[in-house]
Amino acid sequence: MTENRVTENRVTEPQVSGRQDVRQDVRLSVDQVQKVYQRDGESFEAVRSLTLDLHQGEFACLVGPSGSGKTTLLKCIAGLMEPTSGSVVLDGQQVNGPAKGMAVVFQEYGRSLYPWMTVEGNIELPLKVAKLSRAERRARVDEALASVGLEQARKSYPWQLSGGMQQRVAIARAVAIHPSVLLMDEPFAAVDAQTRAELEDLVRKVWKEHDMTILFVTHDIDESVYLGERVLVLSSSPTVVQHDLVIDLPAERDQLVTRSMPRFTELRAQVYEQVQIAKTNKTGATTVSAL
Amino acid sequence: MNALKSLLHFVVLPVLLIALWWFTTRDGANFFVPQPGPLVDAFVEVWLGEGFRNDVVPSVARLFAALAISIALGISLGVLIGSVEWVRSLLSPMLEFVRAVPSTIIIPVLLLVIGINDTMKVTLIVLGCIWPVLLNTVKGVASIDGVQVDTGRVYGLSGLVRLRYLVLPAAAPQIFAGIRQSLAVGLVLMVTSEMFASTDGIGYATINFQNRIAIPEMWSGIVLLGLIGVAMSVLFQIVQSRVLGWYVGLKESAK
Ligand SMILES: Nc1ncnc2c1ncn2[C@@H]1O[C@H](COP(=O)(O)OP(=O)(O)OP(=O)(O)O)[C@@H](O)[C@H]1O
Ligand SMILES: [Mg+2]
Repeated sequence: MTENRVTENRVTEPQVSGRQDVRQDVRLSVDQVQKVYQRDGESFEAVRSLTLDLHQGEFACLVGPSGSGKTTLLKCIAGLMEPTSGSVVLDGQQVNGPAKGMAVVFQEYGRSLYPWMTVEGNIELPLKVAKLSRAERRARVDEALASVGLEQARKSYPWQLSGGMQQRVAIARAVAIHPSVLLMDEPFAAVDAQTRAELEDLVRKVWKEHDMTILFVTHDIDESVYLGERVLVLSSSPTVVQHDLVIDLPAERDQLVTRSMPRFTELRAQVYEQVQIAKTNKTGATTVSAL
Repeated sequence: MNALKSLLHFVVLPVLLIALWWFTTRDGANFFVPQPGPLVDAFVEVWLGEGFRNDVVPSVARLFAALAISIALGISLGVLIGSVEWVRSLLSPMLEFVRAVPSTIIIPVLLLVIGINDTMKVTLIVLGCIWPVLLNTVKGVASIDGVQVDTGRVYGLSGLVRLRYLVLPAAAPQIFAGIRQSLAVGLVLMVTSEMFASTDGIGYATINFQNRIAIPEMWSGIVLLGLIGVAMSVLFQIVQSRVLGWYVGLKESAK
């Protein structure tokens, strides 16, 4: 029974209705990505063979147990790390290094903001790189700050802000470059529940405003169902996509209303079940010695 | 409260010590121990008159030129070496070795190769001062936070923009620690270079006074060196607090 479930891999052939309309519009395509780390002369296969397509405007959540290779996968997608095999294609172009149009919000947001620059300086830096004029940069920074509600903090330094506010800055910096794909790595794992709820709604809002494709990594099941239009459950290391689920909740999400819907509870239970399977299933020896 | 404390340190203690000094040397019994009064007179006469142009200016000019060269060269080479991993692991042991050689030992070599002139003195100071800056820059550049580096890559930072907005600021705390060390080394080497072979400079003049048994004058040279040291340290602090204000704030906020 368990064996059956595990091998069930619906990524390549989604049997879910209602998404045929967006299928032609593939933004990001991850094809059989494998990542093997070399560590003290031993090989460690963090990601086995991961295949997934993201469509234009999609909000997909990636759920997986801790240490299941979520960050590894995201780094491969972002072009920060070369996969051992397989390929990542963004807008029809092979990703060989960080690609224009892709933004990342890192798990360690505190370290990802440059402490020697103000909030404004941090958001503006990628725009300078993109050679935008001073006026354009100014407009983008204003817009980004407004969309995360941080206008009053523009002259502050990141270390003067709370964790939640720092995360907003990181989001503003990503949004300011008008990315086509935004990758987020457990961005809210370290903030308190109240802030977390606010930030979740913020991301939904930003996603709608900017017509982006988002891949949001989390280990929080509720969060993945609440945020996503689609949830992908990863197996534990070596990682494959174990389950692909469409979240057919209304687009207008509300912390109270949405979370108390029967459908939310159902979906949540489905994801939960898959994650449990992922946790207990440790097929495939973690150490590959024949490499 | 803090300001009061530093005022206490900066003013009250020295005043007390000078009073003690004046009191214990008031009968002038020991010829070699200077008294505050004659020392101040000698200081004004020797260093604020002719000596200013003839000795102080050349010394300080050589020191500052050498420090500027050391800092510029140390940071540039440090960034190059620190950025490329194989260059770093290739050169690091050698750099540590060269650094460990006391730079005064090459004075004879420099005298032979360059001769008795300003270039020789500046070279000597640079050869002593460059190491702390260079090695600290290498360390600072090599240990930039991985998330900061990844962030830079994601947002396309490269070339001079990367240097200006990522590499240099990230390494700045280390670089400043290196500069601070090299200031002390520089002052010592400035004097040393003038004691061996020179026709001017504070070190030269002070040795001269010693030979002529002009005791207060000799002591005044030592006081001048102390004052220059303090002035450099104050200047350093001002620049550092401007450039590294963020670092202090970051450390405080992490507490
Ligand atoms: N640079 C590396 N070298 C060797 N092994 C690594 C490296 N980075 C990660 N790993 C290993 O790969 C596995 C997956 O790590 P990864 O950070 O991708 O997981 P994750 O799902 O993001 O975990 P978390 O939920 O803790 O963020 C872990 O077992 C980890 O120890
Ligand atoms: Mg991770």
